[in-house]
Amino acid sequence: MFKILYAEFLAPGIKRFVIEAPRIAHKYKPGQFVILRLYEQGERIPITIEHSDPERGTIRIVVQSIGKTTNLLNSLNTGDSILNVVGPLGKPSEIEKFGTVVVMGGGVGTAMAYPTAAALKRAGNRVISIVGARNKELVILERELREVSDALMITTDDGSYADKGFVTDKLRQLIENGARIDLVLAIGPVPMMRAVAEMTRKEHIRTIVSLNPIMIDGTGMCGGCRVLIDGKSEFACVDGPEFDAHRVDFAVLVQRNSMYRAAEQKSMEEFQRETMKQLETVHAGQTGACAVEGDGR
Amino acid sequence: MTPPTKQPPKQKSANPLPLKERMKVPRQHMLEQSPLERATNFTEVNLGYSEELARQEAQRCLECPKATCTTDCPVGVKVKEFVQLIVAGDFMGAAAKIREDNVLPAITGRVCPQEDHCEGGCLMGKKVQPLGIGYLERFVADYEQGHLDISNLPKASPTGKKVAIVGSGPSGLTAAGDLVQQGHQVHVFEALHTPGGVLVYGIPEFRLPKQIIREQIDYMRAMGVEFETDVVVGKTVTLDELMEEEGYDAVFIGTGAGLPQFMNIPGEHLNGVYSANEFLTRINLMHAYEFPKYDEPMLDLHGKQVAVIGGGNTALDAIRSALRLGASKAYVIYRRSEAEMPARKEEVEHAKQEGIEFRVLTNPIEFLSDGMGWLGAVRCMRMELGEADASGRRRPVPVQGSEFDLPLSVAVIAIGTGANPLIQSTTPGLNTNKRNYIEADAMTQRTSRRGVFAGGDIVTGSATVILAMGAGRRAAKSIHEYLTTSGEW
Repeated sequence: MFKILYAEFLAPGIKRFVIEAPRIAHKYKPGQFVILRLYEQGERIPITIEHSDPERGTIRIVVQSIGKTTNLLNSLNTGDSILNVVGPLGKPSEIEKFGTVVVMGGGVGTAMAYPTAAALKRAGNRVISIVGARNKELVILERELREVSDALMITTDDGSYADKGFVTDKLRQLIENGARIDLVLAIGPVPMMRAVAEMTRKEHIRTIVSLNPIMIDGTGMCGGCRVLIDGKSEFACVDGPEFDAHRVDFAVLVQRNSMYRAAEQKSMEEFQRETMKQLETVHAGQTGACAVEGDGR
Repeated sequence: MTPPTKQPPKQKSANPLPLKERMKVPRQHMLEQSPLERATNFTEVNLGYSEELARQEAQRCLECPKATCTTDCPVGVKVKEFVQLIVAGDFMGAAAKIREDNVLPAITGRVCPQEDHCEGGCLMGKKVQPLGIGYLERFVADYEQGHLDISNLPKASPTGKKVAIVGSGPSGLTAAGDLVQQGHQVHVFEALHTPGGVLVYGIPEFRLPKQIIREQIDYMRAMGVEFETDVVVGKTVTLDELMEEEGYDAVFIGTGAGLPQFMNIPGEHLNGVYSANEFLTRINLMHAYEFPKYDEPMLDLHGKQVAVIGGGNTALDAIRSALRLGASKAYVIYRRSEAEMPARKEEVEHAKQEGIEFRVLTNPIEFLSDGMGWLGAVRCMRMELGEADASGRRRPVPVQGSEFDLPLSVAVIAIGTGANPLIQSTTPGLNTNKRNYIEADAMTQRTSRRGVFAGGDIVTGSATVILAMGAGRRAAKSIHEYLTTSGEW
């Protein structure tokens, strides 16, 4: 059992959790993720870690309600617990002094880009951050990103805040204005990462994306998260989640992520029908067990 | 634990059946679910012996002076002695006798390839069918489960030494059970959310019910073994941190060979192509076959054509699961002939009875798309057997021009696994071989790192539950020696 010490909505459908997980907090490096499971009948889903506090033994995650599990998770509050949290998984982001780095976050991907942006800044890079959201309400971590960025640009799809447009519009402007860019880090929806990759490929700008395929164990055991990198299978959980964007086969990623769409919809419909009952199931499992002896049965 | 049982006098057997009569009694069959019935459910295939059947079978034992059944057992179960206790009707005594050497009898009684070990060594097997040692072990273990009170197991006096076991599969559990009985404090780390390793994620319910594993692990908890799930050693904590910061005096690595191998042929990324590990993990660990009661989904196999590539026990577990999930056609595609199949004979027989088709001497060369990103067919070549290869088996050679396409919706690749590198890559000074398996002494299971022992598939590559248990047992003995002597390395 992993206790939720604090939970707050950052935007409609986007919630931030502070979770007690001393082992993970101690080992975490930017770019890594956890896999969590909410209750006995739950699935395992990967979520990027947004921040850790080794002294307090806590980690932070930011979750957007999309399917059943994320909706259920976002129904939990301070004082609730998560049955299983394992990590930190995946390779940490490559942090060194590259020069000028453009960090791009799309939607909730902003929360995943933020810790790496902060680490890149600490490593002495000039960090230009570009954040995109559908509308004003969904712009998250603006203050945090501003603190670690030399420049911050924001776009909204509908123009309800900052500039109307997409993050790629801002990147194009930078390129057209002749800005020197040594590295681009893009984290967000697959179409966004793909568009960034296409744009920087022509310019020969090294670009990193963080992939989020379907996973189960997260330790390299099942091979379900395999992605095609230069035509070869690699496992996002242990070889990634960050990859050179110009080597990623995004079409295969999109196709593999659609594998369980029918089942996911069925789960979601059931969740919407019986939200309260589902929540009771989660809460029912939260009595007494502790992390050491809790084997998740 | 039960009080020590009376040993039958050495010379005189409790067996009422005269020696020369014993060969005439046929081996008692274990009741099974009928193939038609079981092909649609995940309930266990074998249903167990009754007390009467068990005693009848036990009476067949010839009580050989040289017990090859025991010497052929990787953990050295005293077969002759426990079988005689069954004859005498002392089933709890028989269970205690097995437990002296094997802490997981309900599991080995179900999944051991007995034909390669105890029953392969049984003298009776030279003339008639060997003694049903596996069935008897299973009977005794199940009897014990129904009659034992685990609330007050005797505890050895504490030695003050702490041992970390990395991985809760067969080798780790065996080492943990043996070490806790020596009085060491034993803490087992498991990466997944449930202890049991491959027993939980790999072996399906119809061969090894999860309830059995839970009971065996509860028994180990009652013995004093601590379990901590959700810890990936190498990621969540390193081996060095365990020894230096958390005060473990010794570590046993039993992480298994959990890195799935793919065929590296075109089309492997298509939707519908699984590794056996993923396919079985979804079903066994995540209960995807109970979707939507459980959240983890899997593809609907009803009316679908499904094939597994490979001929081992994992392959058969996968395809028999697919059949139970409604597949209309279920194939085993194997590049050698049936004689070379590494799977247990009983499993092959069970699979055939259930209606699984064996396409042997057949090798896939490409997965073909249905045009929408999903698997539509597999292109195969027919093979023939040539000269013997390094494994001593005849090498399969493709027959030129023999390509054909087999329509298929789901393919499961079960051609073996490799070494998971998470510990090796984060533990300086831990020697590995060229395939990245951990090097460990075959007798002591010692690695190149002081205080660090390893055993099971992470040392040998994919093998069986009982071989891993044998390694766990040797490691426990060796760890105990290390902890109770000067600790030379």
